[in-house]
Amino acid sequence: MQKLLLLGDEAIAQGAIDAGISGIYAYPGTPSTEITEYVQRSSEAREKNIRSQWSANEKTAMEAAIGMSYAGKRSMVCMKHVGLNVAADAFVNSAITGTNGGLIVVAADDPSMHSSQNEQDSRFYGKFAMIPVLEPSNQQEAYEMAHYGFDLSEKLKTPVLMRITTRLAHSRSGVVRKTSREQNEVSFPENLRQYVLLPMNARKQYKALLQNQASFEEHSEESGWNEYFDGQDKSRGIIASGIAYNYLMENYPDRKVPNPVLKVGQYPLPKNLVEKISKECDELLLLEEGFPFIEEMLKGFLGDCLNVKGRMDGTISMDGELTPNSVRRALGLKTTEGEAVPELVTPRPPKLCPGCSHIDSYHALNEALQDFTKGRVFSDIGCYTLGALPPFDAINSCVDMGASVTMAKGAADAGLIPSIAVIGDSTFTHSGITGLLDCVNDKSNVVIIILDNATTAMTGGQHSSALGHLENICKGIGVEEDHIRVLNPLKKHHEENVKAMKEEIAYEGVSVIIPRRECIQTAKRHKKTQKTENVKTA
Amino acid sequence: MKNDIILAGVGGQGILSIAATIGMAAVETGLYLKQAEVHGMSQRGGDVQSHLRISDQQIASDLIPKGGADMILSVEPMESLRYLPWLREKGWLITNTNPVVNIPNYPNGESIELAISKVPNHVTLDAEKIARKLGTARAANIVVLGAASPYINLEYKALENAIRNIFKNKGDKIIQLNLDALKAGREIAEGKN
Ligand SMILES: Cc1ncc(C[n+]2csc(CCOP(=O)(O)OP(=O)(O)O)c2C)c(N)n1
Repeated sequence: MQKLLLLGDEAIAQGAIDAGISGIYAYPGTPSTEITEYVQRSSEAREKNIRSQWSANEKTAMEAAIGMSYAGKRSMVCMKHVGLNVAADAFVNSAITGTNGGLIVVAADDPSMHSSQNEQDSRFYGKFAMIPVLEPSNQQEAYEMAHYGFDLSEKLKTPVLMRITTRLAHSRSGVVRKTSREQNEVSFPENLRQYVLLPMNARKQYKALLQNQASFEEHSEESGWNEYFDGQDKSRGIIASGIAYNYLMENYPDRKVPNPVLKVGQYPLPKNLVEKISKECDELLLLEEGFPFIEEMLKGFLGDCLNVKGRMDGTISMDGELTPNSVRRALGLKTTEGEAVPELVTPRPPKLCPGCSHIDSYHALNEALQDFTKGRVFSDIGCYTLGALPPFDAINSCVDMGASVTMAKGAADAGLIPSIAVIGDSTFTHSGITGLLDCVNDKSNVVIIILDNATTAMTGGQHSSALGHLENICKGIGVEEDHIRVLNPLKKHHEENVKAMKEEIAYEGVSVIIPRRECIQTAKRHKKTQKTENVKTA
Repeated sequence: MKNDIILAGVGGQGILSIAATIGMAAVETGLYLKQAEVHGMSQRGGDVQSHLRISDQQIASDLIPKGGADMILSVEPMESLRYLPWLREKGWLITNTNPVVNIPNYPNGESIELAISKVPNHVTLDAEKIARKLGTARAANIVVLGAASPYINLEYKALENAIRNIFKNKGDKIIQLNLDALKAGREIAEGKN
């Protein structure tokens, strides 16, 4: 069969296409973005009419995917780990409703926080919702698990969570394609009350989910994704999940580990296999990318029922991603490193691109606020978060998407006047609108600055749901028209922009300022495609 | 046979096209490949690296272990030094000498040169100058790849084919330019220039 060179993300996407999805739903977020982008670019997906446009946020994406599954078709929904917090209400309840068409939720975790606010481990969400979780260790498995996951979902009538981490998501390798299959026809759920989670019905559904646990576990036990490899040296057994398995094997060039190894790729944990390795070995070493999820379960509350080594006893650090070297140390093997980094090497933090509109907006804002004490600007997540660093030092918070608006409101309620929110256009439609409604209803004294660069820049320039809607949204919510100000963030307009900001800061009510200029990166790209199109038509 | 290469540079310098070229050449040759890239936050003018592994055996880890890299291939001099802990004994450091000075405390050029010269196996070249002579400074990354090519276990022809493939949508002129860039870099490494 055809061999493709794919990122882990792309392997999942190709797997989903071949497994017969009818739709993929997502909001961008590193390291999950490339799954949906791959489907958007795929001519095959286009021919098959697979829908793939971006959703406004992870919750709307999750719900649309549930709806597609209700209608009998296969759907996939993708997000970064913190996106699952946003989608959590829908996600957890989708386990109670169960599915009709197959449903896979992909959560991409980011241990070491390469591009994230935290290191949360999505496997906990899977356990919390009590559904099967798949954790591929390489690109080929990622591809095949899409197929397997949809089969599992349709057989067991449950959503399936696929959990990946940065290094798999963003690493490329050869993937052998399997056969592809047709999409499902539209069909109704057998029981038209399946999705009605009124307490009396939800109790029934929940009992069914509880009963299904045994079957979920049985599938884990028999699944090829959980594999037991025997070894001579029983002084220690090793349990390695997901890509941790690769780091283990890296340390045995002949691929022969002297100890028994349990490779875990599917949850709930296969109890018999875990029991076997723990009975056979004097000590267990746990290798997991992320939190000590399995380790904690095995240790139990008092921590002394088994001799378990891993992150919790400091054999491996509690934070940060695994590396071949950290696993090597945990195995007790001799490590060698190259020369140390010379002292002259200085950090090179990311920064706003030259010509970025956010730069002009921050210069204007800093000047408009220069008569006030520092510490009044609540911000959000996007390229503009780099405004926290020199030379701007312009913002004082970045917590979760949308929090700028509501934190500014809370601070203003507390009497911190002026309180300013700085939020990107995509972040605003993701989670800022409802907060702005709170401000309007409460007549809060806040200034909300929506930095409109007409794209979702931080994650690579995806379509922004806000495009063309911002003023109407603000008006519709009830912001007074006179206090919705659109600015052009360019050096030559600096003075008038500062003046407008000062006026709105002085206004005692809800103001919205929209500095609007296209992202310099997407503008360049648009110019290029324009050029080629001109050449084509010429 | 295995080649573990750390590709280094600054966001926007095009290390991913170097990776794509080597990757394609490796796959065409029938080798196994794993290539871990950095996407997201650090692409905004920050330091970026990619772990590129090719082998005739299956590859386990997506990341190269520290002390295991056969080569650091860098398009920026200070960045070439950031990954020294990964370089094995007798490994090669190959770097462009044109600094990207986008931080206020960028170290002085001589101290960087000195640090690089302490690596026993190294090749340094002014890739931008060479690329500019050929037509555009933007081919500097392929010049550096050319300089590294004698130390990578891939046939030169395979790299040429990969370039033809990767730039095929950009027209014959761009293909030729990059082939020339590859050759110019190679000649530097072989001491012909
Ligand atoms: C819940 C959640 N989803 C997704 C992300 C990933 N993410 C961070 S910033 C960003 C885009 C922000 O776009 P925008 O607000 O328009 O600002 P810009 O980067 O364009 O300046 C995304 C998608 C996240 N951090 N949290």
